[in-house]
This record gives sequence, C-alpha cells and structure tokens, in this order.
Amino acid sequence: MARMKFICDAERCIECNGCVTACKAENNVPWGVNRRRVVTLNDGVAGEKSISVACMHCSDAPCMAVCPVDCFYRTDEGVVLHDKDVCIGCGYCSYACPFGAPQFPTNGEFGLRGKMDKCTFCAGGPEANGSDAENAKYGRNRLSEGKLPACAEMCSTKALLGGDGDVVADIFRTRVLNRGKGSEVWGWGTAYGKPVQTSMAAPTEVKK
Amino acid sequence: MTRAQAMAVLMGAVVLAGCGEKPQTLDAKAKGPDAAPWSTSASSPFYASDWKGGDKAAWEAQIRTRNQGQNDYAR
Repeated sequence: MARMKFICDAERCIECNGCVTACKAENNVPWGVNRRRVVTLNDGVAGEKSISVACMHCSDAPCMAVCPVDCFYRTDEGVVLHDKDVCIGCGYCSYACPFGAPQFPTNGEFGLRGKMDKCTFCAGGPEANGSDAENAKYGRNRLSEGKLPACAEMCSTKALLGGDGDVVADIFRTRVLNRGKGSEVWGWGTAYGKPVQTSMAAPTEVKK
Repeated sequence: MTRAQAMAVLMGAVVLAGCGEKPQTLDAKAKGPDAAPWSTSASSPFYASDWKGGDKAAWEAQIRTRNQGQNDYAR
C-alpha cells in the first residue's frame, strides 16, 4: 500500500465546511483549534475557488525536520503523527509547515500555548489503537477501525479525497480527464507526471 | 585529463551535490512507536461492518473498498 494522502478538488469544493465540522466532531477538537479549514480564493467573486486544507502528511515533512524534541514520527502508511507527551509546544513546526497545519490551544492567560495539535489522518497517536488515552489526546483512530478519515468520507461533493495516494491520484486523474483537461492543469505535472490513464475506472468519453 | 579539468569536474560535482533528490523511504529513525492499524485483534463496535481486526490483507482490502467509495466513476 502506498502512502496515505489527501487531495482537494477545487472544482468541486463548495465551501460547506462539512469537513471541518466532521473533523471537530469525530476527534473532539477543542474550541479554538481547527485541524482542518476551508480556504477560499477570490471569495465572493464569480469563479471563486475553495480548497480544504489540513496536514498533508508530507513525505519529507518540514515539521519533522525542525522539531527540537523530535516528537514527530511517520507510520508505515506514511501518516505523520506526533507524541504529545514529548511535544514542548515551542511552535517551530507551525513556522516550518507550509500548510499551517500545526495548531496550538490558547485557553489561558498571557498567550499560554499548549501542546501542538494537528490532523492525524484519523490515525490517533502512539497510545494503543482505539484506547481511551489515545482518544483523549488525539481523537478517533478510524484507520485502525478499517475506515478512512471522517472529513474525506463524508465530503458531500467528494471534493476532498483521502486514502491510499495511488488510488486517490487515480480518482482525481480520471475526473480531470473526464473534464477534458490534462497536463495544462495547475500543478499536474509536478504532482502526477505525464498524465497516463492507469485507473481501472477509465473515462468512457473524454470531452474535447 | 589535466589537473584543471579534474578540478573542474570535482567542483561541478560539489556544486551539483545539492540538486539531488533526497530518498523518501522510511528510515528506522522516522518510524514511531505506533502499532500498525490492522494489528488490534480485539473486536470493536466501531470497526467497519465487514472487517475484523488483526488481518493486514483484509485491512488493505477494506481501505481500498472505502477509497473506491469516493470514486464517482466506479459506482
């Protein structure tokens, strides 16, 4: 199995914030912390585009590189997780992350900053899978229940895709080809290389 | 090869050394203490209905099935 990845289809996202709500509800994310958020470009202007952003579980994660206490680790599925028992809440990761994924609860006086919290790809943390301790610190461990992240699974327009990177890329590639687009799409070449159709679900008709 | 040419090749190698791609394979240091998601054999009411814990192949099949649930073109 390849690495677990998210991708958000800007042509489909309708900025409903359902993914944000699903994440908060599934993981009991505290007030003031948003593991996932929807970013809209040209908001209110015709043709506005939205994407849902959270930790992208980078293959070469900068948060991991800068953490002074080395609290990050990566699972065999490519999910970047961290150990809250080791985190000192210094905030270096939030400066290093290009997606603004690391979040810090600020619920005290004088800008108190707690331990970092971020998207876990619904894979919990280092505690035993599905344990109460894991749930309390990191939220639900859906991967160990044979499920994918709640945000992606409940996305009503299927804009947010999450799961095995190869499968997710195939689904997205099929969509783009069905829309009559290909390598001219922004970032396509960087993300997928030459657009060769490899999905089992090949488009039946490609619009010109 | 003259000494100047050898120096030029050496300098070129040093200058271009930073342009290579870092390997993205998991090394032992990056791997955490976390248990594999399929490793929990105890049953849970939260498990997906057609999957039982402790079986890697079954877990991967379950994830693939769930993945295809996001694929409009495969329905």
